[in-house]
Amino acid sequence: MAEIKYIGGYPEHFRKYIDIVSRTRMKRKDYTPPAMNKEEQQEALKNHPDYAPGGKRKISIGQNKGDIAPIEVADLLEAYPVITPDEIDLKKADYSVDLMVIGGGLAGTTACIWANKKGIDKNKILLVNKLRHGDANSIMAEGGTQVADRKEDSLRAHYLDIMGGGHFANKPDVVRALVSDAPLIMEWLHELGVIFDREENGDFAEKFAGGLSRKRLHYCRDYTGLEEFRVIRDDFRNRQISYIEHSPVIELLTDGEKVTGAVLYNLETGEYSIVEAKTTIMATGGFGRLHIRGFPTTNHYGATADGIILSYRVGAKLRDTDTVQYHPTGAAYPVQIVGYLLTEKLRSAGAQPVNKDGEAFVYPLEPRDVEASAIIRECYVENKSITTPTGLRGVWLDTPMIEVKNGEGYIKKNFPGMNRLYERNNIDMAKDPVLIFPTLHYQNGGVETDPWGHTNIDGLWVAGEIMGGVHGKNRLMGNSTLDTMVFGRRTGISTAEYIKSGKKQGKLTLEHLPKYIKMIKEAGIKTNRKAPILLPEYRGKAALARMIDIF
Amino acid sequence: MKKELNIMERIAEASKAITTGVDKKDVEHWVEVHIMGKAYKVPADLTILTAIEYAGYRFVRSCGCRQGHCGACATIYRIKGDYKLQCNLACQTRVEDGMELVQIPFTPAPRAFYDILKEDYVVNVFFKFYPEVARCVSCNTCTKACPQDLEVMDYIQAAIRGDFESMADKSFDCIQCGMCAIRCPAEIIQYHVAQLGRRMYGHYGEFEPEHLKKRIEEINEGKFEKDLDELTSLSRKELEKLYAERIREKE
Repeated sequence: MAEIKYIGGYPEHFRKYIDIVSRTRMKRKDYTPPAMNKEEQQEALKNHPDYAPGGKRKISIGQNKGDIAPIEVADLLEAYPVITPDEIDLKKADYSVDLMVIGGGLAGTTACIWANKKGIDKNKILLVNKLRHGDANSIMAEGGTQVADRKEDSLRAHYLDIMGGGHFANKPDVVRALVSDAPLIMEWLHELGVIFDREENGDFAEKFAGGLSRKRLHYCRDYTGLEEFRVIRDDFRNRQISYIEHSPVIELLTDGEKVTGAVLYNLETGEYSIVEAKTTIMATGGFGRLHIRGFPTTNHYGATADGIILSYRVGAKLRDTDTVQYHPTGAAYPVQIVGYLLTEKLRSAGAQPVNKDGEAFVYPLEPRDVEASAIIRECYVENKSITTPTGLRGVWLDTPMIEVKNGEGYIKKNFPGMNRLYERNNIDMAKDPVLIFPTLHYQNGGVETDPWGHTNIDGLWVAGEIMGGVHGKNRLMGNSTLDTMVFGRRTGISTAEYIKSGKKQGKLTLEHLPKYIKMIKEAGIKTNRKAPILLPEYRGKAALARMIDIF
Repeated sequence: MKKELNIMERIAEASKAITTGVDKKDVEHWVEVHIMGKAYKVPADLTILTAIEYAGYRFVRSCGCRQGHCGACATIYRIKGDYKLQCNLACQTRVEDGMELVQIPFTPAPRAFYDILKEDYVVNVFFKFYPEVARCVSCNTCTKACPQDLEVMDYIQAAIRGDFESMADKSFDCIQCGMCAIRCPAEIIQYHVAQLGRRMYGHYGEFEPEHLKKRIEEINEGKFEKDLDELTSLSRKELEKLYAERIREKE
C-alpha cells in the first residue's frame, strides 16, 4: 500500500472536506442552530449509548439488586475478591490512623486538608494512592469550575440548571450543598493562590457551558483541574500529611458493620499491608477505563471503578448506575489521540460542530448527553460524517471560527493545552477544523450519600466522581471539579467531627467476603472474574498470546 | 453470512485498537524501536507509550493520564543518526524507526515547606526557600528539555528578578514532569520554584474578587435559604416547569 500523503497534519484526501468547512465558515458566522425543545431532545437521545438497545443489564446481587447498570460495571460487581481471608494476617496493622483517604485526586486531597484544618493530626491521616498522588481525572479537567458569584447569577439559577441537566433525577439535598458551598470553595482556592483567568477589570472571567442559563464557568486557561490540583497538593505537602503511592486498596476491612480499615497492595513488590482507620473516605473516581460499550475514553489510566466495587461489597448503596456520560467532543483523528477530551469551552468560545457538507447541525451548547447524541446521529444515521483512515467516523469541530469571533491568536492564548495537542500532530487548529466523536467521560451515578458525603455504612464516606446523586442522570460541565472540592471539604470536616466525638477503632475483619461470595454463588453466577481490576489491559495481543508465568 | 452490526457495535469495532490493545493483523506499517536497548517491531502509528504496551509491558509507573496532562511518562531518547538527547512525553510522541528510548519514572526532587500566607510578596521568597536559583547560568538546557515547550530558563530568570507575574505566566502550562530538573547543571528544581511563585502571584498579585466576597456575605446572611428551601421541596413537575421557563442570560 502506498504511504498516505499528509498536508497540514491531515491525509491529502481530507483537504476537499476541510475546504467545504472553510468555504461555509463566514455563512455560519452569525448563524447558530436553535436549541432543541424537550421532544427533539428525546428524539436525539435515542442515539445515545445509554438509550440505544443493549449495553446494560440488571445487577443480580446485593443492595442494588434489580437496578440497571452498564454490563461492564455489573460484571465487576458480580466478581470474586482478589484475596481470600485466610491469606491475610490481620493481627497487627501496619498503619494506625484516624482517617484514611483512598484516592489522591482533587476530592481526596481536599478531604485530607480539611480534616487537618479541623484538628486531625497530620500523622493520623493517611492518603492512599493507586499510582502517584495526583494521577487522577482531576488534573485532566480542562474546562472549569461553576460558581454562581456574579450579581446576575444566583444559587437558584445554579440549582435549576443542575436539576434540569440531570433530568431531575438528582438528590436535592446534595445539590443544595453543592451550589451553596461553591463560593466558599472559590474563596479557598483564591486564598491558596490558584490563578483563575480574569477580565481586564480584575473580575473573574466567566463563560457559558452546555445547559447553563448564566455565565458561571471559572477557568484557568484550559488547564483548570491541573492548576487547582497542583496548588491544593502543594498545600497538602506543606502540611506534611502522610501519603503512600503505588499501593491501591484491594479490600476494605470491617468489624462486621462499620468500615474499620483496608488491605493495601504494593504494586511493585506484591506485598500487602494493613491499615486500621476510624474513618474512611473513598475518593477513587470513576470507571472510564472499563471502556463502556467499547468507547474510547478521556479518563486516566487508573479509572477502573475499584472504589465502587469495594464499597458495594461492604454494603454501600448505589444510585443512578444506569447512565454514563459521553463527552460530545472527543478527538477522532489522528489515531494517537482518539478519545482525548476537547474541552466544551471551545464551543463556549464559538467553535461549531459541522457535518461533511459544511452545515452547523446542532446547537453547540446542548446538555452533554443531547449534544453527544446529535453527533452520533449525524455520523451513523444521517451519514454526514468523515471516515478516518482507521475507520472511525467523526464530524468537524470548526475551531477556526473561534478566531473569527474572538480575533487572531485567541486559541493559542486561551487553549494552550488543546493547541499543543494538535501542534504535536502537525495540525493548526486555528486554521483547520478538528475531527470529533463522543468519548466516554464520566460516571454520573455512584455511591449514595447524605449532604456530608456519608454513606449508609458507618465509618465510610465518599467524595468526588464515585459519589452518586449530585448530577442525577447527566452532569454539566464545570460541576465535577466543583463537586470534588465541595464534598472533599465536607467529608474532611464530617470525618474530623466523627473522630473528635471519641469514636473507637473497630476490629479488623474480612467477614464480608465469605458472605459476598455466598451471594454470588447463590445467585447462580458462573464466573471466574475477579475485582478490583486496578489497571486496564492494553498489552499487544501478539505478546500476550505468548506470555508464560514462571516467576 | 456475517451478522450486521448495529450502530453501537460499529463504534466499538472501529475503536477496538484503542480500547483493547492493538492486533497484529490490523497493522500495515511497522518500525523498530529499542526499549532500554532491546529491539521491538511495533506499529508505526503508535505513541511511545502505546508502543511499549504493544511490546508486552504493563505499566505501573511511567504512565498516568495518557493525554499529556500529568507528566508521568517523561521519556528520553535518541533518533538514529542524531547526536541530540531528546526529552518528551511518551503519550504525546510518535515512535520513529531506530528510536533508542528509556523512561524516567521518578525525579528525586525534595521541596521546601512554607506557608504562603506568612511570606512577603518579594523576590526574597525564592532565595529563602530555593537559594539554588541563584546558581542559574542561563544555559537554557531546561528550556530545551521541556516537553511543553515552556521558556523555563526565562521564568527562572523572572523569579530571580522578582517578576512574579511573568514567572506565573511563563510557567503556567507546566505539568511537573521533572525533565528540567534532571537536565539542569545548576541542580535547580525549576518546577518547585514555579509552584511557589505561581501561588504567591495568585494570592498576592491578583485582584481581590469583590463580587465573590459579596456573594459569600449574602450566603452567610441566609439570603438564598428561602429559595433553596422552596426548590428542594418542589415536585419533579414543578421543577420541570421552572426549568423550562428559565431565561438564558444574553451573551
